[in-house]
Amino acid sequence: MNRRIINRRLDKAFKILGIASTVFGLLVLVVLFVNVFLEGRSRLTWDFFSSFPSRKPELAGILSALVGTIWLMVITGLVAIPLGIGAGIYLEEYAKKNRLTNFIEINIANLAGVPSIIYGLLGLGIFVRYLKLDRSILAGGFTLALLVLPVIILSTREALRAIPFSIREASYALGATKWQTVRYQLLPASLGNIMTGIILAMSRAVGETAPLITIGALTYIAFLPQNPITFLEKFPFIHFTLRGLLDPFTALPIQIFNWVSRPQKGFSTNAAAGIIVLLGLTLAMNAVAIILRHRYQKKIRW
Amino acid sequence: MLSNKRFVLKFKEFLIEKLLFLCSLLSVFTTIGIILVLSFESIKFFKEVPITKFLTDTQWTPLFINKHFGILPLLCGTFLTTLIAISVAVPVGLISAIYLSEYASWRIRNIVKPLTEILAAVPTVVYGYFALLFLTPLLKKIIPSLSGFNALSSGIVMGIMIIPMVSSLSEDAMRAVPMGLREGAYAVGSSRLQVSLRVVLPAASSGITAALILAISRAIGETMIVAIAAGQQPRLTLNPLVPIETITAYIVQVSLGDTPHGTLEYRTIFVCGMTLFLLTFILNIFSYKLKKRFQEIYE
Repeated sequence: MNRRIINRRLDKAFKILGIASTVFGLLVLVVLFVNVFLEGRSRLTWDFFSSFPSRKPELAGILSALVGTIWLMVITGLVAIPLGIGAGIYLEEYAKKNRLTNFIEINIANLAGVPSIIYGLLGLGIFVRYLKLDRSILAGGFTLALLVLPVIILSTREALRAIPFSIREASYALGATKWQTVRYQLLPASLGNIMTGIILAMSRAVGETAPLITIGALTYIAFLPQNPITFLEKFPFIHFTLRGLLDPFTALPIQIFNWVSRPQKGFSTNAAAGIIVLLGLTLAMNAVAIILRHRYQKKIRW
Repeated sequence: MLSNKRFVLKFKEFLIEKLLFLCSLLSVFTTIGIILVLSFESIKFFKEVPITKFLTDTQWTPLFINKHFGILPLLCGTFLTTLIAISVAVPVGLISAIYLSEYASWRIRNIVKPLTEILAAVPTVVYGYFALLFLTPLLKKIIPSLSGFNALSSGIVMGIMIIPMVSSLSEDAMRAVPMGLREGAYAVGSSRLQVSLRVVLPAASSGITAALILAISRAIGETMIVAIAAGQQPRLTLNPLVPIETITAYIVQVSLGDTPHGTLEYRTIFVCGMTLFLLTFILNIFSYKLKKRFQEIYE
């Protein structure tokens, strides 16, 4: 009898401990958000978005960092999304269960756990030095693409795995080839989950700092990469160039890192303001991903 | 005519399969690339610095005039911050996982899980800011002897960052335990806590261990928090209150400076990268095998 009461009390106590542990992280998150917001909100003016970095904290802005981040995301997405989805489709739908496949799978699992700074060293060795792309946006984009590739592959596979086998059998029964089955049945059905994975992967890339520092992103960039499209007054009226890809660059997290590491008070305020922008970006992307996942989970009932 | 069309179709199928295969091979090339780049520069490094010196020297001062190349102080810094992070993340993450898997209703779980994922989505540079400009000043009020840069606050913040990883992977492992095991234990009169700790936890142990190893690997490779908040002073100490330097923070330090390409100092970052890669590689593979094993048991 006594024992039962003790057990019940222990049970209750553990439940409270469990709730406390679960809430703990969220509380820290709230403290972090409030702290950053109070510290940085005074700097969030239009000037902050439209100015280049400066020696004087009150004049410094994130224009070149923001533009750099956008360029990086475009390159990373263009490279990593098709390659990641392709690899995911191959491993889930085509690959036979043999040693090579097994090896590729272990390899991807390991790559997903390799510290991001190692990718920076890879980018430095291959893209910056060997391919002589120098410390350019292109080198940065390629490096980030390799970094997020395993995430996209894994989420594509998971999305495909969630589709019941009967869908494939029905498609084959109608005489569809393998690729037709993938293209017209499996991809449309798994698009929501694949998109979720891609957005999460890209939100990770937005905040990556270490690999970009390693390949040599600069912190003081007072110009923008050359615009890919310029409009002319004479024929052919439009000039298209990709030379901007080879310009040196900075990115939002790099700029924040630079400001955090300076001792003057003004710069830590700038860092907080930059963090508000960066957090806004990543959280918005995460929110979209969560909504997408929720919506597709509801819609599809096999 | 028909056979011709069929041939085109078959050829297209063949081409697509090969193309997709190449996509998946890219990951293998990435690994090969990493190993080649790291070993290429490391071999050059070890031509000048004997490997015994590298492993036993107790000083790391490649950027000073009196150069020493002993990895031990950096390893020690990495070990210290990882230890602190793990001692925060494991208890909190594991208790939270037990709560979510065994106690909470599905409704609570559905609300809490996406929220804790936000914790994992916050960029690490933000956590670095938090450790340096919020936690360190706060801890200084309790421990006056704490330095402005220290292993303690960066370790704690790193631990908070990996809580979601520990809790969500452990929860997955616990939920994979068949219901029958729990029902059996309840049938003989166990309390919820007894079921959680004596039945579910042991049954999910290999999955949980896999999660913990992955968390350790993540903490070892974490860069920005320690680069911002832990300092740049490699030293052989387990004192969490003084500035230290981790392997990752050293790579950042050199990358930010203007060390010329091709010098011995420049090569040190690749040797550090190699050490880091080997450490995390062993942990990742170990974790992967463990996870496969627990999946096999219950599927």
